[in-house]
Formats: sequence, structure tokens, C-alpha cells
Amino acid sequence: MEGLFFNVNNGFLEGIVRGYKSGTLTQSHYASLTQCETLEDFRTQLSATDYGNFLANEPSPLSTATIADKATQTLVDQFNFLRSNSVEPLSKFLDYITYGYMIDNVVLLITGTLHERDTHELLERCHPLGIFDTMPALCVATNVEELYQSVLVETPLAPYFRDCLSAADLDDMNIEIIRNTVYKAYLEDFYNYVSTIGSTTAEVMQGILAFEADRRTINITINSFDTELTKEQRAKLFPAIGRLFPAGNNALAKADDIDQVRQVCENVGEYRSFFDNSSAAQGNGDLGDFGVAAQLEDRFFRMEVHLNKLAFLQQFQYGVFYSYVKLKEQEIRNITWIAECIAQDARDRVHDFIPIF
Amino acid sequence: MSGAGPRENVFATRMALTNTKLRLKGAETGHSLLAKKRDALTTRFRAILRKVDEAKRKMGRVMQLASFSMAEVTYTTGDISYIVQEQAKLATFRVKAKQENVSGVLLPGFDVDRVPGSDFNLTGLGRGGQQVLRAKEVYAKALETLVELASLQTAFTILDEVIRATNRRVNAIEHIIIPRLDNTIKYIISELDEMDREEFFRLKKVQGKKKRDAGKAERQAITEEEGLLERLDVQQEPTVDLLSTKDEDVIF
Repeated sequence: MEGLFFNVNNGFLEGIVRGYKSGTLTQSHYASLTQCETLEDFRTQLSATDYGNFLANEPSPLSTATIADKATQTLVDQFNFLRSNSVEPLSKFLDYITYGYMIDNVVLLITGTLHERDTHELLERCHPLGIFDTMPALCVATNVEELYQSVLVETPLAPYFRDCLSAADLDDMNIEIIRNTVYKAYLEDFYNYVSTIGSTTAEVMQGILAFEADRRTINITINSFDTELTKEQRAKLFPAIGRLFPAGNNALAKADDIDQVRQVCENVGEYRSFFDNSSAAQGNGDLGDFGVAAQLEDRFFRMEVHLNKLAFLQQFQYGVFYSYVKLKEQEIRNITWIAECIAQDARDRVHDFIPIF
Repeated sequence: MSGAGPRENVFATRMALTNTKLRLKGAETGHSLLAKKRDALTTRFRAILRKVDEAKRKMGRVMQLASFSMAEVTYTTGDISYIVQEQAKLATFRVKAKQENVSGVLLPGFDVDRVPGSDFNLTGLGRGGQQVLRAKEVYAKALETLVELASLQTAFTILDEVIRATNRRVNAIEHIIIPRLDNTIKYIISELDEMDREEFFRLKKVQGKKKRDAGKAERQAITEEEGLLERLDVQQEPTVDLLSTKDEDVIF
């Protein structure tokens, strides 16, 4: 049924986004990009792609940060175009996409306020996708109590903050714990939301979000080894969704080393490969756990790209918008990585990016 | 000759000669000591130079590695600079200064003092925490190399200056002070010799005069004696009027 009327409101935007998608860099683009000798070559090569002359007005020498910034800006422009043309419920869905970035920005502002810095400077550091109209209002707050109130009043993140934290928590909790607590609430909320807007969207998005949740769970587990983060605190940061939930999450909350994490992941078919031949990496005299975890991160990215690519196989659903943003993000990361490798003359690592199509 | 080179303004006396000789000896001892010091410093300097070279090459590699690990962090986590800056409350990487004595030269050295643990170990909790940790480790290592290089470089510049100063002193002693003292000694000796000769000549002269005077006196005595005898002869033929001659008064 939903396919019947989907195009009335969203057909145009879906067409646009699929058009954008075909503009993502292909293997041959990457091949020519990795051949570049200097960042100037890089700029020339990129101008032949859909990025066009986005770097045209940048003075030489180019920095990788500039490239990343400008590439992000193109993504933000595209996203804003989609957003301004969207109607309910797609607009709400797009809003949800921005909440993740918004959390990062608000956490950044909280950090600034906690340390009594001028938060206005921080506005420039915020992720452009997570900027909302009332964000400058948050800068008015001079202490954490005020900031907490203004977050509740001014931002769409209010429910997440209200449910998880009190103003006092902001003061004495580690900023990363705050970030992850809020993010957990956001993921769960998003998950619930996508299940209300049609079965196809739900099917696509829940897969992606479940993976995102599991990825966070695993990451938090691994990163909290040997830190002051207690196991109870750790368990509280795990999103209550995903394929590992609930049994896997419980096991991970008690895990003490990376082998236990591996055992938990064995139970889920798709995740089994994450820890494959990580023993080989250890045997290579790599950095032990570092090597495994670094590889893991890489595999997470691959998996994310894979899932997001799958989203394009279904029609009449909103998942494509989310996937497009994520794929584009990955592409920007790839571009930055290649640029970084070129700038630092690390030819051997230049192929360590994750090709999308 | 004694007057050829520069010399000190001294009176040519035996006292001054002894003093100057003592000073010359002192200068020679000082020269050999300073030369030894210079050699020791130069050996050290060469060793440090080699180490500096090594450390610089190492630094190039390590810094490259470090900035690359930062690129990895940016790849997985995004920009973490602000969070890390604000979370850091206590310096975990400190530099301690110490001193080392190389033949009387105090060389400052720097030691790394790492406090285990970290203030931002939860950064990247949700994503990329391992990369952050790794970048931290790599940067700590890079910093260690930098600190090592810093102490080497400081030692290098200080040693360089000290070696120059020592060289200057050695050369000054060798080419200025010792020749001057030598000249002074030669001068004093030649003056003393001169004085000796003068004295000798004077003595000779005095002796000669004395001799001449003595000869003269002798000859006079002889002639007088002869005259007396003649007179006696003369007196024996005519009768001598005893009254016309008067004996000298005898005074007891």
C-alpha cells in the first residue's frame, strides 16, 4: 500500500538522492586518485568527478583539512536541499539523521561550558549537519545548570537529555559517558521511530541501526578495557537494540578481554567475520590488541558500507536518505584518507580505504 | 734576539727572572691541561654530533609515523582535538632536567618522566578509541625522541661554545703567552749577561788601573831609591855637613 502513494510526496526526492548516489566516486575514480603525486593533482582529479570545482577557490597549498571541510560542505548542501524540499514524515526522518550530529555538537558545547571557555568559538567547530537554529542560544549559558535548561528548552534532543541525565550529572560525569548515554537514547528512539513509518523503511533502517547499535556496544566494550569505566557503567551505555541484545549485551558487559568479545560475536553470523584471522594479524607482530581493534574498526566500516548499499536495493522507503548520508560520509573519509596519504607520502597505506561502489 | 718579540715590562733582575720562569712553567702546564680538556671535549662533541644526526633521522621517521596515526584517528573518529584538550587536566608527559659533568663543563640533559594513566582514555569510547590510544602512544614515543634530541642539541651548542673558548685559550697560551714569557726570559737573561759583562769589564778596568798604578808606584820607588843611592854616593865623597840635614822628627 505505501508504495502506492510514496511517490506523491517523496518520489522527487528519492529520484534526487538516487541521482546523487550515482555521483559517488567509483573504483576507477579511486584508482586515479590514488595515483596522484601531489594534492594539486588530487584537486585536478577530483574536479573531474561530481565534486566539480569545489576546491577551485582554495589557495595553494591545499591542506587535507580543507579538502575534508569542503567535501563535507557539498554533502551538507545536498542534504539541506533534500531537507528543504521534504514533507512529513520524510522531513522528520531527515531531522532524525541530524540528531546524531547534534549530540556531538551539544556535547562539544558542554565540554566548553564545563571548562569555562568561550563557547562562541566552538560553533565553528561544530559539525555542519548538526547545526540547528537555536544553537547559538546555548552559548549564552555560562554554567552547566543553565546549559542543561537551555538544552531542554531549545533543542530537539530534550527527551534524550531529560530521560538519561540530570543537570548534576553533566558536572561530574565523564563527557564521553554523557555522549554515549545520549547517543544510546537517540539510537533507541530512532529505532522506534522508523518502525512507525512503514514496513519497508523499518526493515531497511532497523538492520542498519541494529548494526550501528551493536557496533557501539562492541566498541565501548573494547575501549573500556583497563579504564576507570566500571562494568555497571559500561552496561548502561549499551543501546537496548541490535542483534546482540539482550544476551550478547549482557555477556559483553561482563567481558574482560577481547577474546570474550570474540566469543559473543561468534553467536551472530554476520559478525563472525569481524574477528576472523585477527589471530593472523597478531602473529604478524602487529600491535596485538591494537591491531585487532584497528582491523575491527575497518571491518565495521566495511559492514556499514555494505548495509547502506543494500538500502538502495529497496524502493519506496526512507532508508536511502540515511544511507546516502552515511555513504557520502564514508566517501569523504576515503578522500581525506587518500589525501592524507598523499600529503604524508605513505604510499603503502593509500589503499586502506573502503571503496563504495 | 731578546728585543724582537713582545715582552713584559719588567726590571731585569734575578728575582724577575725566577718569577717569569715560574710563570712560564705554569703556562706550559696550563697549556697541556687545556689541550687535554679540548681533546676530551672534542671526543665528546663528535659522539654527540653522531647521536644528533641519528636522533634527527629517527625524529623524521617517528614524526611521520605519529602524524600518520593522527590521520588514522581522523579517519575513524573525526576531530577530537577539542575534547582531548579540555579533558586533559594533568600532564602525563613531563621532562626532567639533569646535569652532566664533562671535563668541567655542565651539560644539561633532559629526561622523560611519564605518568601512567591518562585523562582522556575514554575519548572515542563509541568509536575509534583504540586508534586514539595508539596515536597517543605513537606521539608519546615521538615526544621522547624530541626530548632526547633536545638534550643532545643543548649539549651540542654548549659544548661547541666551550670548545671554542678552550681552543682560544690554548691558542692564546701557545702563541701569545708562552712566546712573551720566553721573550721576557731571554730579555732578562740578556740584560743580566750584559750587566755581567759590564761588571766584568769594569772590574778588569779597575784591575788594570790598579796594576798600572802599582807599576807606576814601583817605578817611582825604584827611581827614588836610585836617586838616594846616587846621593849617598855623592855624599860619601864630599863631607857631609851633618847640620845641613835634618833628621825627621821621631814621634813616638
